Amino acid sequence: MTTVEKPPAEAKPEKTEDGFLQHFLHNLWAANTVVVTLLSVLLAMVIGAVLIIVSDEEVRATWTYLFARPGDALQASWTVVTDAYAELFKGSVFDPVAVADWTSGAGTWQAVFTPISETLTYTAPIVFTGLAVALAFRGGLFNIGAQGQAVLGTMIAAMAGFLLPLPPVLHLLVALLAGALGGAVWGFVPGILKARTGAHEVITTIMLNYTAGLLLVWLIHQNGIQDPDRTDAISKTVESSAQLPAYGGALRVHLGIVLAVLATAGVAWLLNRSTFGFELRAVGANPDAARTAGISVAKTYTLLMVIAGALSGLGGATQVLGVAHTLTPAVAGNIGFDGLLVALLGRTRPWGVLLAALLFGALRAGGNRMQTAAGISLELVTVLQALIVVFIAAPALVKALFRLRAARAARLSTSVAKGW
Amino acid sequence: MRPVRGKRIFAALAAGGLTLAAAACGEAPAENTGSNGGASAAPTYSACMVTDVGGIDDRSFNASAWAGLQAAKAAAPNIDAKNTSSTAEADYEPNLRAYVTQKCNFILAVGGLMGTATGKIAKESPDQQFAIVDAAVPDASNVFPMQFATEQAAFLAGYLAAGYSKTGKVGTFGGLKIPPVTVFMDGFADGVAHFNKVKSKNVQVVGWNKQAQNGTFAESFTAQDKGKSITDTLVAQGADVIMPVAGGTGLGAADVAKGSAGKVAVIWVDTDGCKSAEQYCDTFLTTVVKNITGAVEEAATKGAKGEPLTATPGYLGTLENEGVSLAPYNQFDSKVDPALKAEVDKLKADVIAGTVTVTSANSPKK
Repeated sequence: MTTVEKPPAEAKPEKTEDGFLQHFLHNLWAANTVVVTLLSVLLAMVIGAVLIIVSDEEVRATWTYLFARPGDALQASWTVVTDAYAELFKGSVFDPVAVADWTSGAGTWQAVFTPISETLTYTAPIVFTGLAVALAFRGGLFNIGAQGQAVLGTMIAAMAGFLLPLPPVLHLLVALLAGALGGAVWGFVPGILKARTGAHEVITTIMLNYTAGLLLVWLIHQNGIQDPDRTDAISKTVESSAQLPAYGGALRVHLGIVLAVLATAGVAWLLNRSTFGFELRAVGANPDAARTAGISVAKTYTLLMVIAGALSGLGGATQVLGVAHTLTPAVAGNIGFDGLLVALLGRTRPWGVLLAALLFGALRAGGNRMQTAAGISLELVTVLQALIVVFIAAPALVKALFRLRAARAARLSTSVAKGW
Repeated sequence: MRPVRGKRIFAALAAGGLTLAAAACGEAPAENTGSNGGASAAPTYSACMVTDVGGIDDRSFNASAWAGLQAAKAAAPNIDAKNTSSTAEADYEPNLRAYVTQKCNFILAVGGLMGTATGKIAKESPDQQFAIVDAAVPDASNVFPMQFATEQAAFLAGYLAAGYSKTGKVGTFGGLKIPPVTVFMDGFADGVAHFNKVKSKNVQVVGWNKQAQNGTFAESFTAQDKGKSITDTLVAQGADVIMPVAGGTGLGAADVAKGSAGKVAVIWVDTDGCKSAEQYCDTFLTTVVKNITGAVEEAATKGAKGEPLTATPGYLGTLENEGVSLAPYNQFDSKVDPALKAEVDKLKADVIAGTVTVTSANSPKK
């Protein structure tokens, strides 16, 4: 069961022409995964549009004389909303002006690919953290600690990056592994606590998030870590031999996105093809039954959290070795919590997580452009992301709003509700 | 029961709708006849500002810089001002680059933390005009630096605090240990030391040691609760005048002062506290003002007129050019001894004349 499944309608060619069309339309308006996701995005954008209109002072002013001249209010609202969403698109996918400049010789090809590059830059780390949350979900654990695990990943990876004198390729590999190791340690703690003492992983991972954040701030100020030329909280720069290779200049996209795709494939294999994947799904579905069947639940929980931690750690490593290159208190940004949302949006399926991360990366990249060009606050993007997930988490709401038919398989509510 | 509830909902909706409709009944403004086409002859000068992670509403230097661009826009209508906020250090480069792509005439980076990123982008696009507040980018001739000899005004504040203190102890703390912050604390400590020398007193400073360059920091410019607990500690050590150099974190100090029934006074920084945090006005002895607004306004206006903004010497705010100053005493006007006020005024004249020199390792290099 992958999330990229097509609507079942398309696989029914044996019916008559009329029957096929009817069937297609029937399923098109049914509450299956794809339709609900698309409608959730649409609903979020509609609410976002209302927020854009309400938060724009000039547009709000035109609404005060709606009955005197309705054209003003409607036109102003339309302009501000379409401008905002157009900039969102131009900042994340492609900008027609840049293409025109390039073909006429006034611009460079780099400018054409910058939006895509920005999208992929923001996507790479949240694929890892999203996978970390999704994998834990499938094993019945709610890993809120992706943020802390990612922070540990940034710390250890960056330290390996500027403290170890190693030759180019080896250095990068060691730094990435170091990041994974850091995250794994931070995942191991709640895993073993859950397995041995039954301590709830939600509590322990949240507490470890705080610990990781404060540890990072402390670490940055230590001798040998802090940039000797600066007095503020910034570390030395990761050696170029340990940085993820990127094109450079405005094209910030780096090798991390390739690693993210490989990691997705790896997690998909682990979940669906390996023995451990079977065991973790069994434990996730029903730990008691799994124990009766001879699966060690404690071992599964621990190993699961170690792997999830390692994935988050890799996400942190990607961020610091690919984009930031130095440790600062906000180096990991919000990638752990974004990972949580991405895992929910991707319905905890590996390839679904990749697509969801791509959407979130695009929103983030486009949000930067929307902010600089249209003057819409970046917070709107956060609101959009949150709203999309709210609607995904409440499929019944979307179903009722659009009067969707019930999908034939009741797979919608199950995947998301697992693990709570 | 059901139909009644339905009617109630309908009634509520109708009432809401009528209210909204009434609000929408305003008079439409006169149609724009398009006769102003000839008036805006000057080409648009776009001034684009990138904040640091403090954001545009930090009530501190980001807000001040934005106010400067707004003021410049009000004076010269051909200036088009926009801003963008950074949420993480990794955003500095893409945000600056976005404005390069939009061909902004004047790209303003706010805060010393943005120095490295600004230098990098400025080298990538040598034909674009950049400006930066609180930092200088060496060997980048297209970055106009705006810096402040803040230690001069903080020196006056230190002298004033020492003279005003009844316990013989004054305190200070910072947001982060960075030069634009510690320069305040250096000046403050020197002002207290100057008071001790002139009056043969022994007023002590807690929270900052200039020789060791070490002191108390909240590690945040936003965490008000942290400012409160630090201030409680300083007050417990006997300090009755506190100077927080920590943006929003400093509001915690004002909160403690408010609850102390007049025993503790606060010296605010950056913009006159009675304007930027009016609710605490009765706790502010004075403010060490850093006129970022004025500096930014001047630079943007000059740029819009087509005058060159040269990287050397750039802009340096001093007591003399009123780039830095002490704000009025506001509600403390009657509580400060007139003799002390006169001494502070005299000291200001002495600093301007150069008979008293204030130094700080954290001060911008002239």
